[in-house]
Amino acid sequence: MDEQTVFLPRAEADRLLEALRGAGFGRILGPVAREGTLLFQPLRRWDDLPAGVRDVQQPGRYRLQEQDTPRCFAWANGPQALKPLTFRPREPIWRAQRSADGQLSFQSTQEDPEPTALIGLRACDLAALDLQERHFMHGRFPDPWFRRRREALFLVGMSCAHPAQTCFCASTGDGPAISRGHDLGMAELDEGYLLWAGTQAGKTLLERLDLDAATAAQRRTVEKETHQAAMGQRRTLPGRHLKQGLYERLQAGHWKDVGERCLSCGNCTAVCPTCFCHMEMDEPALGGDSSEHLRQWSSCFNAEHSFMGHFVVRSDTRLRYRQWLTHKLGSWHEQYGRSGCVGCGRCITWCPVGIDITAEAHALLKEAPDA
Amino acid sequence: MKPRVSVHKFSSCDGCQLAFINAGPALLELAGLVDIVHFAEAGPMDPDAPVDIAFVEGSISTQEEAVRIRRVRESARYLISIGACATAGGLQALRNFNAQGVDDWTRAIYARPEFIESLDKASAISDQVKVDLELWGCPVNAQQVFTAIRRLLFGALPFVDNEKVCQACKRQGIVCVLVTRGTPCLGPVTRTGCGAICPAFGRDCYGCFGPAENPNTAPLSRRFQGLGLMPEDIARRFHFINSQAPGFLEEGRNWDQGTP
Ligand code: SF4
Ligand code: SF4
Ligand code: SF4
Repeated sequence: MDEQTVFLPRAEADRLLEALRGAGFGRILGPVAREGTLLFQPLRRWDDLPAGVRDVQQPGRYRLQEQDTPRCFAWANGPQALKPLTFRPREPIWRAQRSADGQLSFQSTQEDPEPTALIGLRACDLAALDLQERHFMHGRFPDPWFRRRREALFLVGMSCAHPAQTCFCASTGDGPAISRGHDLGMAELDEGYLLWAGTQAGKTLLERLDLDAATAAQRRTVEKETHQAAMGQRRTLPGRHLKQGLYERLQAGHWKDVGERCLSCGNCTAVCPTCFCHMEMDEPALGGDSSEHLRQWSSCFNAEHSFMGHFVVRSDTRLRYRQWLTHKLGSWHEQYGRSGCVGCGRCITWCPVGIDITAEAHALLKEAPDA
Repeated sequence: MKPRVSVHKFSSCDGCQLAFINAGPALLELAGLVDIVHFAEAGPMDPDAPVDIAFVEGSISTQEEAVRIRRVRESARYLISIGACATAGGLQALRNFNAQGVDDWTRAIYARPEFIESLDKASAISDQVKVDLELWGCPVNAQQVFTAIRRLLFGALPFVDNEKVCQACKRQGIVCVLVTRGTPCLGPVTRTGCGAICPAFGRDCYGCFGPAENPNTAPLSRRFQGLGLMPEDIARRFHFINSQAPGFLEEGRNWDQGTP
């Protein structure tokens, strides 16, 4: 938010969708209340958004409730946001064909993704995308499937005034205000929306909209609500750099404790917006003359993840949970320059048995370091 | 010479054989790649012919079957058991919990019980003979069966995924019914392979693909109790289609007399 921040009255909100379409984004996705949660779905009009809906999240539990507010973003998040759009859950990465004379030919599966605008991304979602970019787009060989889809996106962030009980983005430093990674930033008030640009593309869009400046009072209200949203968060991680603390406790008794409760089901890694592990496999057609090479989301909670030649390195859940936590909160620092957790709380809510990464991290660090 | 394949039926509902028959064009394509020498439900009858791959549906439930499965094993280079009956005894293995055996049941149900020939316990094929590959499910997923055949035809070992249903759920963007509705879903301990059909239709997984790799059933049962299930209901979740499968058998026993 800055001096250039403009105001879009609630009654005119459809103009934003029109402007996005006018800028070439034929596909606009936003949160829609469906199947008891909030899912990113195509938006035709502003009315498709979940006005008056609130999420109630707890470890292992998610419910939507009605509340008396005109606001469409008075909730924290749903199970997924950007990840499945850029890093597909399952996709062919090449196809092979064998001709009658035995020659093999390979075909690329890279699509031309449709330009897509996303409305209602949270600060944690944008921070997570930045981390996924560090993984998929670094070095000399950026992942072409990821990159093409990423480059086709226009990101509209929405400052968060309604964190769930499971959120802790203030503790990781990734939210709740929209401060980076957005093309366009937004914040919601009862009477409408404040908008500000984060990139040149966002600026061009705002020029198209030609709106009045937001008042200083409106900006102050947003600042106050965002501040309250941060202060209202009860969960924390025991620090921003936990690598050493965790590495010094690889033999801690608490790993066994959590290993007994954890189902090694991998829901946490699937909903985590920064987790990127996948497996690759070939699916030959029955006739044997063609084959697809696929990659799909996998998890450090699977046996396959640590299968080496003929044995599974992390054969029990204690070791798998330790891998997840020491990587996410520890060795990510070496790989990507920061922790892999953006505080979205999804792994807590969508864990069938409600295992809470913040509680586990605190419990582990309370133990004495390994001898 | 084309590889020779047979499909054998033991005690079962025939639903897994239907996975072949319903495959339509894929079955015709398969018939071009292999010689199907025995498949009673589809026509060919030659149960003792030597084969490269024998598919076995059904559990061992009678004396005759206990003998016949040995002949199948001897005639096959590679034996694949398909479906919950063959891999874990199936629904009919619920009788295994009756310590008195089946006689009082057959007397109570049938007018002429002397015509009923039944072992006291229904067992998985792997309890009787060596099995080279198990494809779980009630019924099996036809795609999984055809992929396994294709890999064997290439001379490669079939890869059978043993991760949890939850991961298939999440990959397909299905919203978790346990978390959003509090239904007692067995997905977190159940082997993937069905494509998460039940959660896709808003209901809880009831474990028809059997236990996944490394299933941690105890905390899930405690969660079910927290959702309001009575101990005997928890026991029945595990003692159902795959009641005899290691993991499910013990967990059901832990709850059938009350909270452990
Ligand atoms: S570890 Fe959990 S809270 Fe952190 S980013 Fe991943 S899902 Fe969100
Ligand atoms: S922490 Fe929860 S979601 Fe993650 S693997 Fe364990 S039981 Fe599953
Ligand atoms: S619906 Fe069942 S299978 Fe799907 S994620 Fe939830 S617990 Fe797992």
